[in-house]
Amino acid sequence: MFHTILFYSFAFVMFGAAIGVVFSRNPVHSVMFLVLTFFQAAVLWLLAEAEFLAIVLVLVYVGAVMVLFLFVVMMLEVNIEAAKRGLTRFAPLGIGIALLMVIQLIQLIWLRSQGFAGTDGFAATPEGYSNTKALGAVLYTEHVYAFEIAAVILLLAIVAAITLTMRKRPGIKTQDIAKQVAVRAKDRVRIVKMESEERQ
Amino acid sequence: MLDFLASLIPVFVMDLWNALPPLVQYLSTTVFKILLVTIAIILIVAFSTYFERKVIGRMQARVGPNRVGPLGLGQPFADVIKLLIKEVLVPSQSSNFLFVIAPLLSLIPALATWAVIPLNDWYVIADINAGLLYVLALTSIGVYGVILAGWATNSKYALLGAMRSAAQIVAYEIAMGFALVGVLMASGSLNIGDIVRAQNGGFSQWFLIPLLPLFVVYWISGVAETNRAPFDVAEGESEIVAGFHVEYSGVAFALFFLAEYANMVLISTLTAIFFLGGWASPFEGWTFLNDIVWLAWLSAGGLHWLFIKMCIFMYTFFWFRATFPRYRYDQIMRLGWKIFIPVTIIWIAVEGAMAWFQVGPWSGLGA
Repeated sequence: MFHTILFYSFAFVMFGAAIGVVFSRNPVHSVMFLVLTFFQAAVLWLLAEAEFLAIVLVLVYVGAVMVLFLFVVMMLEVNIEAAKRGLTRFAPLGIGIALLMVIQLIQLIWLRSQGFAGTDGFAATPEGYSNTKALGAVLYTEHVYAFEIAAVILLLAIVAAITLTMRKRPGIKTQDIAKQVAVRAKDRVRIVKMESEERQ
Repeated sequence: MLDFLASLIPVFVMDLWNALPPLVQYLSTTVFKILLVTIAIILIVAFSTYFERKVIGRMQARVGPNRVGPLGLGQPFADVIKLLIKEVLVPSQSSNFLFVIAPLLSLIPALATWAVIPLNDWYVIADINAGLLYVLALTSIGVYGVILAGWATNSKYALLGAMRSAAQIVAYEIAMGFALVGVLMASGSLNIGDIVRAQNGGFSQWFLIPLLPLFVVYWISGVAETNRAPFDVAEGESEIVAGFHVEYSGVAFALFFLAEYANMVLISTLTAIFFLGGWASPFEGWTFLNDIVWLAWLSAGGLHWLFIKMCIFMYTFFWFRATFPRYRYDQIMRLGWKIFIPVTIIWIAVEGAMAWFQVGPWSGLGA
């Protein structure tokens, strides 16, 4: 009962925030609504006892991805009128995707009602069960190849993005820190011994 | 101790308490625990501002605050009252709502992280298995307060400060996360209580020794995460006035101040927990200490040891501020990306190899 109330209140806020992402006029507000949506999704996962996934969602999406997103959005000079025209232009596409997802959801619910997939509710976890440990055990044994290949693809994407955007301009001045540290006084200052001059 | 305290409570109060439904009992004890921790942190923050001014004063051959109350101990309260009665100005052309919630967004994660931090063997608000991840997740969302404050103010200086601070925090977070991977490998658990228990048995068991490079990286990254000197380019008084909080005044400014110091207390406590054995005593097993009545607390673990360790780190925060000149921005980035991250990755590999070959202090770890 208590659980259900919690679920619906968080789901309601999440729904509102998701609407806010689409309809707020200011792109920074949109990003903040998206952050709120992620947060609510994490809470819903916590209610489903998927604590590892929930915390990682906050850590990766809210803590890192959305911060960079916010960065980019703040730097852009966004033309609100153009964005609003885009909303009506892309509306059919959006509605189409939404319809597709609704159909899938209905299929899932129908399958469950037929008793094909899953059980109602989550199986009670045994005492001392750790979500994180269970995930780690599967990821590093059964799915180790998929896991490592995904990691390598991500690394490749990072390297590729950097090589694509990095331009080596000639004549640019940079500091070589090692050289700066290794410098000694006699490399910079020349002390000249000379006779003091006679007063004229 | 607990039994003694329980015996002080009159019987009818206990009867009344037992008559309450379990949900109400649970909620009220949790709220009480949260209040206790929050009030303690706010008091620590208040007195650490006093402590900072005294320490830096002494280092610069001054006296520091000494006018309000005995030894100037009333100074923090005088400051709070002054800030409370000042007007909060909201700049025109600013984004009002974000301007107001930005200080809250930087303060709340700093306080919420304490939910999983054990203060001694039994006092922890939420003893969750993924405690370490929770700490990482919450410290990573503190950056929103800074970015939004900078943007919502609608001022070039504030935006520059926010950008600097955000880039710096995102960069150092990675090194911090990797350093914690080392701690996780050594203790074999994400539960913070278990991490402390893995370091029981005197200071030779602390992770400080096998994980020394990670400790250095974590501590310096922690200083950078809190935007404190020598990494305080986000404020940069000499070039961008005060950075992201340039337009904040009164209570809103006080909240930013509170958040900064709460983060310092948090990072100090976390470093003590991850590398210095948290509440565990460094002299555990020195049985002759138990025979002397007034020294018995030295060998017993408890809140007092966590507090002492936290104070040491808080002191070094102030020491850094009095000693070091401000880093140049490109050098901050270089230190974070090109030095700290490689160091942590190499040390994790070393730790893994040593644990595999059962060499050195790692032989019993990670089993």
